Amino acid sequence: MEWEVVMGLEVHTELATKTKIFCGCSTEFGGAPNTHVCEVCAGMPGTLPVLNRRVVEFAVRTGLATNCAITRKTKFDRKNYFYPDLPKAYQISQLYLPICRNGYIEVKDAAGAPKKIGIHEIHMEEDAGKLVHDAVSGCTLVDYNRCGVPLLEIVSEPDFRSAAEVIEYLEKLRAILQFTGVSDCKMQEGSLRADVNLSVRRAGSAEFGTRTEMKNLNSFRAIARAIEYEAQRQIDVLEDGGTVVQETRRWDDDRGVSYAMRSKEDAQDYKYFPEPDLPPLEISDAYIEKVRAEMPELPDAKRRRYVEELGLPEYDTSILTGDLALMRLFEATISYGESPKAVANWIMGEVMKLLNDTGTAAEDMTLSPAALAAVIRMVQSEKINRGTGKTVLEKVFCEGVDPEEYVEAHNLAQITDLSAIRPVLEDVIAQNEKSVSEYKAGKTQAMGYIMGQAMRALKGKAPAKEVQRLLHELLD
Amino acid sequence: MEILELDALSLGAAIRARKLGVREVTECYLNEIEARDGAYHCYNTVCRASALARADEVQKGLDDGTYTGPLAGVPVGVKDNICTKGIPTTCSSKILSGFLPTYNATVVERLKDAGMVLLGKLNMDEFAMGSTTETSFTGPTRNPWDTSRVPGGSSGGSAAAVAARLAPIALGSDTGGSIRQPASFCGVSGLKPTYGAVSRYGLVAYASSLDQIGPIGRTAADCAALFSVIQGKDSRDGTSMETPSLELAGVLEGTLQGKRVGLPADYFGDGLSADVRAAVEAAAETCRSLGATVETFSLPIVKYAVPAYYIIACAEACSNLSRYDGIKYGYRAEQAEGLLDVYVRSRAEGFGMEVKRRIMLGNFVLSAGYYDAYYNKALKAKKLIQQSFFDAFERFDLLLGPVSPATAPKLGESLSDPLKMYLDDIYTVMINIAGVPSMALPCGFGENGMPVGMQLIGKPFCEAEILSAAAAFQRATGFHRQFPQSV
Repeated sequence: MEWEVVMGLEVHTELATKTKIFCGCSTEFGGAPNTHVCEVCAGMPGTLPVLNRRVVEFAVRTGLATNCAITRKTKFDRKNYFYPDLPKAYQISQLYLPICRNGYIEVKDAAGAPKKIGIHEIHMEEDAGKLVHDAVSGCTLVDYNRCGVPLLEIVSEPDFRSAAEVIEYLEKLRAILQFTGVSDCKMQEGSLRADVNLSVRRAGSAEFGTRTEMKNLNSFRAIARAIEYEAQRQIDVLEDGGTVVQETRRWDDDRGVSYAMRSKEDAQDYKYFPEPDLPPLEISDAYIEKVRAEMPELPDAKRRRYVEELGLPEYDTSILTGDLALMRLFEATISYGESPKAVANWIMGEVMKLLNDTGTAAEDMTLSPAALAAVIRMVQSEKINRGTGKTVLEKVFCEGVDPEEYVEAHNLAQITDLSAIRPVLEDVIAQNEKSVSEYKAGKTQAMGYIMGQAMRALKGKAPAKEVQRLLHELLD
Repeated sequence: MEILELDALSLGAAIRARKLGVREVTECYLNEIEARDGAYHCYNTVCRASALARADEVQKGLDDGTYTGPLAGVPVGVKDNICTKGIPTTCSSKILSGFLPTYNATVVERLKDAGMVLLGKLNMDEFAMGSTTETSFTGPTRNPWDTSRVPGGSSGGSAAAVAARLAPIALGSDTGGSIRQPASFCGVSGLKPTYGAVSRYGLVAYASSLDQIGPIGRTAADCAALFSVIQGKDSRDGTSMETPSLELAGVLEGTLQGKRVGLPADYFGDGLSADVRAAVEAAAETCRSLGATVETFSLPIVKYAVPAYYIIACAEACSNLSRYDGIKYGYRAEQAEGLLDVYVRSRAEGFGMEVKRRIMLGNFVLSAGYYDAYYNKALKAKKLIQQSFFDAFERFDLLLGPVSPATAPKLGESLSDPLKMYLDDIYTVMINIAGVPSMALPCGFGENGMPVGMQLIGKPFCEAEILSAAAAFQRATGFHRQFPQSV
């Protein structure tokens, strides 16, 4: 009998605000330990949180971009638990009245048909610090830099039925968060984290099975692998007549296995109650409309516009709108007047190949739109040929050279002056008498060889069409 | 000029008139504290060196025109749950031993801006949990009127210091009566401002939705002056609000003429001792003689006040006090092994009995399965209490009632019966739940010769109206001018 996998996601994303959610400390990643800390985010006695309004704006943006209803009267709650990375021993979060509810993101199901993945809620909260286990001293050290960095938790409905749906949802969500400027979504820095709730049931069953929650999923690839592993593990348990235990499991990506961290019996009672230090927030229609009006264009809208206005194929648009850095490179490059299709081709071909070959993340790429536009312009205008263009782009990409200066300095420009080509061709004809006589005897294939020799003599810098035309002129 | 005889405003006036020097006044109080505080234990920390240095600085500021306000140069005591940079802030708890804040509470900054001089930190019930100042880790404060009796609490050190002439004026905090009840027990005046009128930034939290900092002084006028220094919105406290500015001259000339004063009948029911009843009823007569209309009305919601208060306050307290885990500052158990053991032992050894009781009560009412039965019900009671006050203020400008059912008990009496101690908060806690301002002021003496206090309750952000009425009452009466024989 067939098994069906049922999943829901809890995504945490760190917001791209300059300062923390309840104090003025920097949110920058990677500072020396405990340098982005003040008495407020360190939870010192008597200190109070003051809400960073930008966090509300980002939450509303995310809600609008994911088709959520915005809660007009929202408030914060305290989640109480002891842990050294949580200096107040409670996390300020939202339980009772989260800021966004009842949204969705559209993905494609197994048959390729559109499918809405429900978003149960989005709530605002503060991040905790980080424990660092020091192998030398054997001590555990606490770094509070991350304490109070604003987070959105985006909780989906249990609507996923395959890893592919999960990945597509995450890709779309990431693009939305990036395009709206809400988060940079760097999984390796933890600014996008996803926990997967997964259960299995017999196909056709209306009841949900017992679920497990998987944590420590640090890449999309890890998520896909972990889902496959966990689904199979649960199916094996059930087929062997066992029962799935409701528990939290940790994914070990190196070993490709997950293991139980804590069971439901160990689940803490967080004793949530309304946060008394922050007054409830009233969100007006006017505020929502203002946020909506100021919202950058979303990936779906861009996709439609690229097809309708720029005439790009669907495939190209989905690639270009799937990543903020690629989208920005595309839009900035076409602003120099290059044809959208040519720019799209260069990005999807050469630029993505270079990213891949050098192991660079798109957001870390230093390639400037002006430089890319210059390379494309030189190729389009046949100042250089396509092969030279690729070489130049690689130099630009890796070494940051100025493409035009580089072409000039290395004498890579095509010879366009026909009077300069003609003597070279005459030499080639003189040195290849055999092939020339064969050609003249009617062996037209000989032309290919002569052409090759000519291009070699010209170091590939002459337009092939012109060379061919001239050769015919000289020989026919 | 006898410095100790002057109330804070008179002291300020004498300093501004150069009849007294700031150092002279400061030194006088420091010497008095040194000589006499052994009998009362009002202070946890006395800041002799920094107070004298500050006195010289303020004198310069007075001379060059930096400080011009009515309290410039006046020394002040601050309750030990209000953070003072570089000065121990213990909340009278072992668990905060050794803790030195790196920041000042907003109110402390405002005292500085007004040119006041910090004398020291005043004793209190541990984390402001108690009504006697006996739960202090540093030992109880004694009532200057009778040292075998408690000064009330939790701001017992603040009220006793003002009564014993060991501070001209002081700051306390009031979560369920902690300014008004000790003021009442010690025969001084104290104001619990509207929730949000004074910044809580730097006030070590007990119950965040109820805590307010307020002044304790010898007169309503002194309280008005100090309140006007500390009030107003603070960008560091999201629950603080813009407040109307307070015209001190207007308060001093205030009147009860034409004021509609309501007496909640339920504040005068069973459990109110006869001597307190007589004193407060006489005070109501005085108000009438000063031109107020006085009318009794029914406020039956009173019966829900104590349970609602202890549920809300303990719930918030158990969360607020969770941060004291022995990790970052304060007391850490020496014998602890491993993380959980550090938590358990540090907290077991660092907190006193009453604090532990309230932490356990709070955890209980917030627990899964009990939340709706307790905490949610308490929030509903809070709404009803707020509505009752709203309705009462449709008819009245001010409400008048007793502060506490009886005068100050002997040391040890209350601790043996915590439930009675909680029930004695009946007249004060609902004011905090409603968030309205209320002022305690002396209105007589009990059979045992101990002071009796009354409270004037006003509309939100109408402190001026309460203070004006209190000033008018004090112009007509002499209770606030009496001071303990022992002083």
